[in-house]
Amino acid sequence: MTALRHGKYPFILAFLLPPVGIYVLYMLSPYVQAIYISLTDWSGLTASQTFIGFDNYVEMWNDDQLRTALRNNLILLVVVPVLTVMLALFFASMLNVGGRGRGQAITGVRGSSIYKVVYFFPQVLPHAIVAIVFAYVFAPENAGGILNNILEAIGLGNLTQLWLGEPKYLIWIVVLVMTWAFVGFYVVLFSAAMQSIPKDIYEAALLDGANRMTTFRKVTLPLVWDTVQVGWVYMAIQAMDGFAIVHIMLGVNGGVQGAGDVLGVAIYRAAFAQSDFGYAAAIGVLMLVLTMTIVVLFFRVLRRERVELA
Amino acid sequence: MVRSTVKNSARKTSASPTRRTFLQQVAAGGLAVGPGAALLASCATGGDDDDDETDSGDGGSQADVTEDNPLGIAEDQPVEIYIFDGGFGDEYATQVHQPIFSEKWPDVEINHNAAVDIGSELQARFVAGDPPDFVNNSGDGSMDTAQLASDGQLYDLTELFDAPSWDDPAVTVRDTLIPGTIESGTRDGVPYVLNYAFTVFGLWYNKTLMDENGWPVPTTWQEMMDVCADIKASGIAPWVYQGVTAPRYMNWPLLTMATKLAGPEILVPLDNLEEGAWGHEAIRESAAALRSLKENDYFLPGVEGMEFRDAQGLWARGDAVFCPSGSWIENEEADAIAEDPTFELAMMPEPLLSEDAVMPLETIRATAGEPYLIPADAANPRAAMEYMRAMLSVEGARGFTETVTSLTSVAAANEGVEFEAPGLSSAQQALTAAGDNVINWLYPSWYPTLENPGIDQATGALLRADITVDEWVEQCEAATAEIRNDDSISKQTREA
Repeated sequence: MTALRHGKYPFILAFLLPPVGIYVLYMLSPYVQAIYISLTDWSGLTASQTFIGFDNYVEMWNDDQLRTALRNNLILLVVVPVLTVMLALFFASMLNVGGRGRGQAITGVRGSSIYKVVYFFPQVLPHAIVAIVFAYVFAPENAGGILNNILEAIGLGNLTQLWLGEPKYLIWIVVLVMTWAFVGFYVVLFSAAMQSIPKDIYEAALLDGANRMTTFRKVTLPLVWDTVQVGWVYMAIQAMDGFAIVHIMLGVNGGVQGAGDVLGVAIYRAAFAQSDFGYAAAIGVLMLVLTMTIVVLFFRVLRRERVELA
Repeated sequence: MVRSTVKNSARKTSASPTRRTFLQQVAAGGLAVGPGAALLASCATGGDDDDDETDSGDGGSQADVTEDNPLGIAEDQPVEIYIFDGGFGDEYATQVHQPIFSEKWPDVEINHNAAVDIGSELQARFVAGDPPDFVNNSGDGSMDTAQLASDGQLYDLTELFDAPSWDDPAVTVRDTLIPGTIESGTRDGVPYVLNYAFTVFGLWYNKTLMDENGWPVPTTWQEMMDVCADIKASGIAPWVYQGVTAPRYMNWPLLTMATKLAGPEILVPLDNLEEGAWGHEAIRESAAALRSLKENDYFLPGVEGMEFRDAQGLWARGDAVFCPSGSWIENEEADAIAEDPTFELAMMPEPLLSEDAVMPLETIRATAGEPYLIPADAANPRAAMEYMRAMLSVEGARGFTETVTSLTSVAAANEGVEFEAPGLSSAQQALTAAGDNVINWLYPSWYPTLENPGIDQATGALLRADITVDEWVEQCEAATAEIRNDDSISKQTREA
């Protein structure tokens, strides 16, 4: 570092300017523009717009449909990461540390290399395809509904429902589809973390007579907690989105009675169905504030639980 | 859009440059880039300087108006055309309309473009004040025509409609069109949009099944209920509608039957957003009739949870008999229809709710659709109008009909033509039989969000029998009130 002392600032500036410049141009300036647009009545079709102050925000406050969207986003935010992390941790630990014996203290369950590939499948499918596929999973049986046909076939015909025709199910279907789409990636992410845990820690735990549950709680989980944290934050941000799945599976109005609406779709609708870019930008600003708040909160809360390892 | 901000705040500053110096440097960097950012920021917002060009009236150069050149188009200017490449494709433009235009104007270069997503290709060009000359603004990605008009982005087509028609200089373009065509594209008294295709609405039924089983085509609602009972007894579903996607298609028989019962006056208050318009007795009666289809279990099982194409496909494959739609359904379900060569569809006018109906059974809803428009900022609007005039020639209109199996707004082109497609030919007969008893309502094109999601959601709930007719009326009234009270939406009215 001493060699850098003299020309330190020019050197750092030379390296920082291009990326920071690009960042300001393509990331910060659109934010500023979006905030400005949210204070106008811009239709998105003209070269000029009228400044209307906080009218769009007042309108947002009184918009019942937006409340539904917000509620749904909060459901996604809470439920999807919890479900995904739990499932992914379970699968990952089964794949990596769930088995016993066969020459090693711990190993994956039988066939884990195949499962690993299978779990990753959803990750290589674009959300658009996932949404179309699941629209048919939940379709009525005479329209090819896979779930209803399976229920019928295994004698649970009385459980069949018009899943996408019932407002109360919609957001939970979205939760399910999102979780399905996310789990594979986190299985791989957590697997990588688990594989870097030294085997001798497990051997020691086993010698002390720890069962699988205990090794998971006392060894595996603390040692992959950092990774879980990152995954958690990332998923929370993904859950704030949900646009592609809802738009394709449920339609631009968020399904029957708009019950499956999310903020992303509300933005799209305001901008492109109602030609109200001002209002769309206002919802965008709301989403920005929410996401930032969530991320800050997550980091605050999770940081404290960090386990220090020697 | 927020992701990288988050990643950045998550990134830990480690090692040598401490967090504080790092931030100082970022701030310095930000300052250095400042002016550039400000320049860029003017892309989407704050570009008012183009406005002086938007003097809609005589954009582009104009030649002398002569008998042969009634719109005074300049022969040395190209014309840029955008066609929506969707259900109709763009072949009708390249194979039919453009040859007709070029034959008369060999020196006018046609710059033809086809786009699937019109909005995403052209919206930025509208904002920049540099749109093409002629736009077929249609499809899922189309721009909101109503908003374009109220933003002053559309060219006034009055001159076109007042010009002599392509085929007969003694008749104006206006007089060659089916009445109501120009009105359907008019806002604030100015015709901005040419609606070219002509759609007939009604109940489409599986003629093969009806004939085979000797079921009569019902003319009254009572007969409809009787036929439905017979159909259901034979194990087929009497009705489908467009499921979760578009229950609003059922608004068409609903309002048409109500209008037949009480007369076209009941539609005017709907379009004018008057309070209590949806509570009219005839509309209630009609809504109750359609709700009774659900009460009697006459809908295809599960239809309320289906995508519209699945529902229509099942109808075309013989799982159901009646389906509300416009005359495009034959094209839309062409694949399903082709699977069974014996399948024949036909259109019937909606049955009468009562013997004392004010309008005859033959009354149908029909309207011009498929919008073509000229941007106010177009470089060569006169040539674009001339292109429209060529489209509206009998030859152009017949060519369109033959290419895409759809009627047009050109009255003479629809007469005496034999259609191979059985559905279209029955629609044409229905249109002829209706004579002057053609009705239409305009609120869906004036206020698209009133129809969808507003009335759409209410009707969806009605058809699931989740709500009563009274609740349906309340919801429709509430949706109407929302539009009425929204000052940012420019209002339209009509007298009759």
